[in-house]
Amino acid sequence: MSRIHSPAAGRMQTIARNPAMIALFMTLALAGCASKKNMPNNAGDLGLNGGAGAATPGSQQDFTVNVGDRIFFDTDSSSVRADAAATLDRQAQWLQRYPNYAITIEGHADERGTREYNLALGARRAAATRQYLASRGVPANRMKTISYGKEKPVAVCDDISCWSQNRRAVTVLGGAGM
Amino acid sequence: MFRRTLLRLLVVLTGLAASLPQAWALVEININKGNVEPLPIAVTDFIAAGDLGQRITDVIAADLKRSGLFAPINKQAFIEKISNPNQAPRFDDWKVINAQALVTGRVTQEGDGRLRAEFRLWDTFAGKQITGQQFYTQPENWRRVAHIIADAIYESLTGEKGYFDTRIVYVAESGPKTARKRQLAIMDQDGFNARALTNANELVLTPRFSPNRQEITYMSFEGNQPRVYLLQLETGQREVVGNFPGMTFSPRFSPDGQKVIMSLQQEGNSNIYTMDLRSRTTTRLTSTAAIDTSPSYSPDGTQIVFESDRGGRPQLYVMGADGSNQRRISFGDGSYSTPVWSPRGDLIAFTKQSGGKFSIGVMKTDGSGERILTSGFHNEGPTWAPNGRVLMFFRQAAGAGGPQIYSIDLSGYNEQVVQTKGFASDPAWSPLLE
Repeated sequence: MSRIHSPAAGRMQTIARNPAMIALFMTLALAGCASKKNMPNNAGDLGLNGGAGAATPGSQQDFTVNVGDRIFFDTDSSSVRADAAATLDRQAQWLQRYPNYAITIEGHADERGTREYNLALGARRAAATRQYLASRGVPANRMKTISYGKEKPVAVCDDISCWSQNRRAVTVLGGAGM
Repeated sequence: MFRRTLLRLLVVLTGLAASLPQAWALVEININKGNVEPLPIAVTDFIAAGDLGQRITDVIAADLKRSGLFAPINKQAFIEKISNPNQAPRFDDWKVINAQALVTGRVTQEGDGRLRAEFRLWDTFAGKQITGQQFYTQPENWRRVAHIIADAIYESLTGEKGYFDTRIVYVAESGPKTARKRQLAIMDQDGFNARALTNANELVLTPRFSPNRQEITYMSFEGNQPRVYLLQLETGQREVVGNFPGMTFSPRFSPDGQKVIMSLQQEGNSNIYTMDLRSRTTTRLTSTAAIDTSPSYSPDGTQIVFESDRGGRPQLYVMGADGSNQRRISFGDGSYSTPVWSPRGDLIAFTKQSGGKFSIGVMKTDGSGERILTSGFHNEGPTWAPNGRVLMFFRQAAGAGGPQIYSIDLSGYNEQVVQTKGFASDPAWSPLLE
């Protein structure tokens, strides 16, 4: 396939810009793109930020590293996958343990859709995430949502491994949504 | 003679053969790319002080050339040097270089400082003047006068309204993809006179012109509240459209300029609403547990085309302006998005996603007669020139780069990049000023 060269070039640029992506692509290389279960869900899975246990319990870092601040979605889907549900269960427990935090759930889409539809799709993912957290006991009045559609990707390349990282809902402590 | 040639060309491209006289209706309809033979035209430097005449001439020639319907002849080939643009030219000198039409003109400064631009359009083979007109303007508007003259030439030779004296609002983009800055910007349709309308501190998307060209409606994330706004071009004044309990997006004006139609997001669903700009009343037009978005009115204001995934994947639907009789019109492979009703009323342009490619296409308003104009990794968001013959859209290559705006003829022929300083997306073509 003619694609063989260009993704590599895309990855090189990404790697140069974002150290976190080095570990990500190493993980992908080991696990293979098709295996969703092995997708890293947070910086902790990547072995970054000093690793588990280094963060003060109840801190932002604790949430990001030990709980996992984001979940991923299948193409054109807003269904919460089994691996994502496990992350959200941890989020719900943590948010109940630390009830002072309000959160904003940011919904995102990959670039393989049109701008306007993706704004709605990101909103749908944020809403699905909020509903799941509510079903696990997080009070609705602590949660806001916002959709950025495809406008704020975290990974840049031109293949599936990268688009899957952008189809996400990120739980931000504080944050500003509607 | 040449006039008929060009008219034939347009018959071929627009499928209007049935409504034209018998002799032209016999022309074969064949819309292969490259089928169009552009009309050779000589645009001579206007007589003027300094290089102003030449600058105006260059803008006119560039407009005509970019339309794909004209082939301006290299000035080096000209035999006659025009010294009095009001005098009949030596037609034989122009016929011999195969100039089927000839433009001559003069620009002078009036006592009050205004420019007076006059031009004549000649039929060299018939040996007579086709039209002659003059315009007055402030000197800084010299490009605009050139566009107006180009429109007059286009209209004289094709029988259709021109589109050169128009502007484009768009989203100017800069910076890396993971930290992209976006601003609203406006430029002439040929890419000149670009200026920013907002600063780069807030995410802005999907600007669209009002019918009188004085206002823009767009979406902004200002204050992390994603909502639809109005912007007065003259004053820079901005206001939120409506007080909705969620994200509003995908705005567009009604053809009479009295309403803004848009999507409102609530939980996982988005539905289509209008807001009357005078009475401030809002009306809900769709009510589904799905994503309904990208609404666009028919030019007579009686119908609305929109995108919905109520049937699974995004498809195009049409409804009455009151939300009645909602029916699906797109049934091809893949999904369909961003429908835009043609200013002529007969076609709907769209973005189609199929087989890993994003295409720009058009279909009739009942969904039949689909034609793909261009296809590739990512093409999105068509907008119509006010005469319904040309579209712009934006294209994004794979990887880390950014989008650029392109124009393409309705035939799928004459695809061209619109030069912008940085990345650019979401073009919206202005109406013509009457």
